[in-house]
Amino acid sequence: MKEMFIPPYEVHEIRKHMIELGMKTLPIVGVTGFIIGLVMTMQLQPVLQRFGAEAFLPGSIGITIVRELGPVITALIFAGRVSSGIGAELGSMRVTEQIDAMEVSGVNPFRFLVVTRVFATTFILPILTVYVIFIALFGGYIAVVLVQNMTWQYYVDRVVFAVAFADAVPGVMKTFVFGFIVGIVGAYLGFNAKNGTEGVGRASTTSVVIASLLILIFDMVLVKLTLWLWPAVK
Amino acid sequence: MVEIKNLHKKFDDNVVLDGVSLSVDEAQNMVVFGRSGTGKSVLLKCLIRLMEPDEGDILVEGKDVLKLDIKELNELRKDIGFLFQGAALYDSMSVRENLEFPLVRNFNFDKNEIDTRVNKVLEAVSLEDAIDKMPAELSGGMKKRIGLARAIITKPKLMLYDEPTTGLDPITAKEISTLILELQKAYNMTSVVVTHDLLCAKIIADYAIVLNEGHVSHQGTIEELVSSKDSFLKNFFSDEVFKNGRN
Repeated sequence: MKEMFIPPYEVHEIRKHMIELGMKTLPIVGVTGFIIGLVMTMQLQPVLQRFGAEAFLPGSIGITIVRELGPVITALIFAGRVSSGIGAELGSMRVTEQIDAMEVSGVNPFRFLVVTRVFATTFILPILTVYVIFIALFGGYIAVVLVQNMTWQYYVDRVVFAVAFADAVPGVMKTFVFGFIVGIVGAYLGFNAKNGTEGVGRASTTSVVIASLLILIFDMVLVKLTLWLWPAVK
Repeated sequence: MVEIKNLHKKFDDNVVLDGVSLSVDEAQNMVVFGRSGTGKSVLLKCLIRLMEPDEGDILVEGKDVLKLDIKELNELRKDIGFLFQGAALYDSMSVRENLEFPLVRNFNFDKNEIDTRVNKVLEAVSLEDAIDKMPAELSGGMKKRIGLARAIITKPKLMLYDEPTTGLDPITAKEISTLILELQKAYNMTSVVVTHDLLCAKIIADYAIVLNEGHVSHQGTIEELVSSKDSFLKNFFSDEVFKNGRN
């Protein structure tokens, strides 16, 4: 952690990784977000209809996506795509002595390779999450339109009415933690990879499993913490 | 320039270095021979503290390497070049970026100085045309040359070579060996070369040592070692062993 705040900051590297990781993940999280929004609405609509609560459909979609599904689904997809990639890349650099070469040249490889990637994942995931939330809400709207006559304007009004600021902030804030987890797990396992290509493969696959598990565990803790610290969210 | 005293290193129960002592004078080329697994690469890595030895002293330019803090160690490393067995080029960077990497981060050179040095080392290794290529586009010999160019771009006083000709055909291996010697003379560097390649050693070495069972078992000039009556050396330097031992 200390290494993250000591200059010189590799701003160029952080920006490069943010763009790379963001662009690499954008299509897959976008498609996933759209499908999740669509399917969740298709599942929710008949249930609410059964209780005569169809009017609450846009609000329910909004709250579910903003508070939970958007952040967690984005983080899990991001972990699968990025944590494994970082693990494999740094693992490969370790076994081909590129990290040693960096160290020998007087450059701290931990700062250059790990810190920059962790910064990038920590700050790009919240941006991706906001993007996914909007795409998922749009997917939800498409599902609503398929079964009932509702204008886009009305749908957005109901979503905005239902989703409070107190719903959005914790939802997006926790993705900073998820982004940090994705970066640090992949980078740690890759940086410390051993035993040649076998070690690279292990670093890559283990990164996804551990990062995904930690995301879910931290989600549980953060949701509980948010409800406790910020009762307005209840 | 380099002095190693009573160096010990083991991995679990496997003793690799068991009291290695040696010294290398300034501007001298020393070759380290030894069978596979006798700790030649470990010796090089301990020398630059990529590995921590269990016991012993390492002096480079009079500085006790093992007692330096990380800042002092990085300062010392600026004076040391290392050519890795696989060249270890950063494969996400172009040749130009690979060469600029140590300069941009360790020295306050302006763009002109960096460009001058990059062009000069590329000219020295005869690969001016490769400047914008990625490592994946280079052959094994070209990678070694670029690795060498990256190592000497900071004008180090000490160069460490880990199997510089491994994996190369005999002609390219000879070219690399000759290049190492030329650069050593041009930059007046001290060199420690770990190799199995007798031809490479004959071209480069002023002096050679043989590592066996964790310590320096023999030392002398290449001619002395090759013509020795010692049974181990006779076996080690026999043509047959060299043919089979060559990677």
